[in-house]
Amino acid sequence: MAVLVIAESNGKAIDRGTLSAITAAKKIDNVIDLILFDESQEVLDFAKKINGLKKIICCKGALDGTLAENISPVIVNLSKNYSHILSSAGTFGKNIMPRISALCDSQQISDISEIISNDTFVRPIYAGNALATIKSSDDKKFITVRATAFQAADCEGGQAEKEEGPKIEQYEKTEFCGRELSQSDRPELTAAKIVVSGGRGMGSGENFSILDALADKLGAAVGASRAAVDAGYVPNDYQVGQTGKVVAPELYIAIGISGAIQHLAGMKDSKVIVAINKDEEAPIFQIADFGLVGDLFKIIPELTEKLD
Amino acid sequence: MKILVPVKRVIDYNVKIRVNAEGSAVDTNNVKMSMNPFDEIAVEEAVRMKEAGLAEEIIIVSIGDKGAQETIRTAFAMGGDRGFHIMTEHNAEPLTVAKILKDIVVKEGIELVILGKQAIDDDSNQTGQMLAAILDWPQGTFASKLEVNGKKIKVVREIDGGLETLEMSMPAVVTTDLRLNEPRYASLPNIMKAKRKEITELNIDELNIDTKNRLEILKVSEPAIREGGRKVEDVDELINMLKNEAGVI
Repeated sequence: MAVLVIAESNGKAIDRGTLSAITAAKKIDNVIDLILFDESQEVLDFAKKINGLKKIICCKGALDGTLAENISPVIVNLSKNYSHILSSAGTFGKNIMPRISALCDSQQISDISEIISNDTFVRPIYAGNALATIKSSDDKKFITVRATAFQAADCEGGQAEKEEGPKIEQYEKTEFCGRELSQSDRPELTAAKIVVSGGRGMGSGENFSILDALADKLGAAVGASRAAVDAGYVPNDYQVGQTGKVVAPELYIAIGISGAIQHLAGMKDSKVIVAINKDEEAPIFQIADFGLVGDLFKIIPELTEKLD
Repeated sequence: MKILVPVKRVIDYNVKIRVNAEGSAVDTNNVKMSMNPFDEIAVEEAVRMKEAGLAEEIIIVSIGDKGAQETIRTAFAMGGDRGFHIMTEHNAEPLTVAKILKDIVVKEGIELVILGKQAIDDDSNQTGQMLAAILDWPQGTFASKLEVNGKKIKVVREIDGGLETLEMSMPAVVTTDLRLNEPRYASLPNIMKAKRKEITELNIDELNIDTKNRLEILKVSEPAIREGGRKVEDVDELINMLKNEAGVI
């Protein structure tokens, strides 16, 4: 039996998390199909380049907002051909996968970080403060994959064939009204090599502009702690943490962030962590590779200026 | 309209958890327990709807051991009207929980279910979506704003790239995100009143639902500890370390 990966895309490219899910799929089986809910030629061309896929199933119809209600019945139907159905564990996968899994009377496995065998997986629990190894007895396994735990699949040398997928019908009881997406020229938070994050210590939304300047110099994405989001300094999609985004860049710079457990859950797998905070007792320093105690309003401009 | 709010009793979010000596579970003995924070937000939202005249009754349900009754009483003190305690000594998986909730939804004629988007113990984030699936209802997950207009409910959802808005016909399932509201503290008179509200106790085995777990926990372990704590003196030393020692810039 083969593995089906549900693609998340935005009309231009396939999401980084989907590429991680494909890498995870390769550890389960060598026959992997991808299902696309995006009619853009650009996305199809992107998908065709991905190494290791057999078929790309292209769906048409009621694709607006890729509503769980609309796409679940289609995947339930296709699932008879597959032993495992995977997606990334972003908000897209978290929204759709349990609906599909329940319709197939299967107990989903969320947010896996390691594959032990075809039925045994490791996943973080309690905000990553413990790791559970679990074995599934369901015939068919519905799984979401932690993007930072698996490398992105190669986007070269793909030889997949396109297949026309089933038409997506509109679910009568849910209407998609629209999206307000944050506009940014910076790399996406979960895909960035460097992330610069601000916390409550930033003091205001305006003050985030000094992080923007540093991020631009480093080619970094900008994130935030829940405290900064709750205080209204930045929008919700900046949030890194247990209930926000999980990131694991090469370099994570935490600025004015004290280091609550919930925040650490979203970034502690970063390769190198830098903490800049005026409170030398802040818990973030315990996990930081390099800590600098001091006034961020002096340090950040100086750091930005001295980087070449 | 009748609203159902399921609540879960979990280790308090401020407690630093420990894996037990057998490496089979997280230790819950002598640990402070509280209502899952996302469920508190769900209770608060339901209570606000009732206060706004949009709902007549708020039914609370919790699945778990004896202690679950305390969590139901907490929800009563915030404004819940009556409750169900589904008694079990075992940890019920999300699919089982969804089936139990469906049973209550059907028997009680529920029109809106508001749940926390995830419980902070197993972080599964499944139950609401599963319940919507098996009821064939619309689902508005990770809600940061709700607006009821007659038989419709508008949901602003928190998604990875920003926000999304859906309009659903009720009956429907909504799951809460952090910014939906700020839950109230219960007043003393309301805590006293909560003691007299009715809880119907049912044993999980009486329900005619397949409650067998599908996932076997083979092992629970502590994650690798990160070695940190090193300090640098100034910006120059920091840049030097990042360039020459870590090689990340």
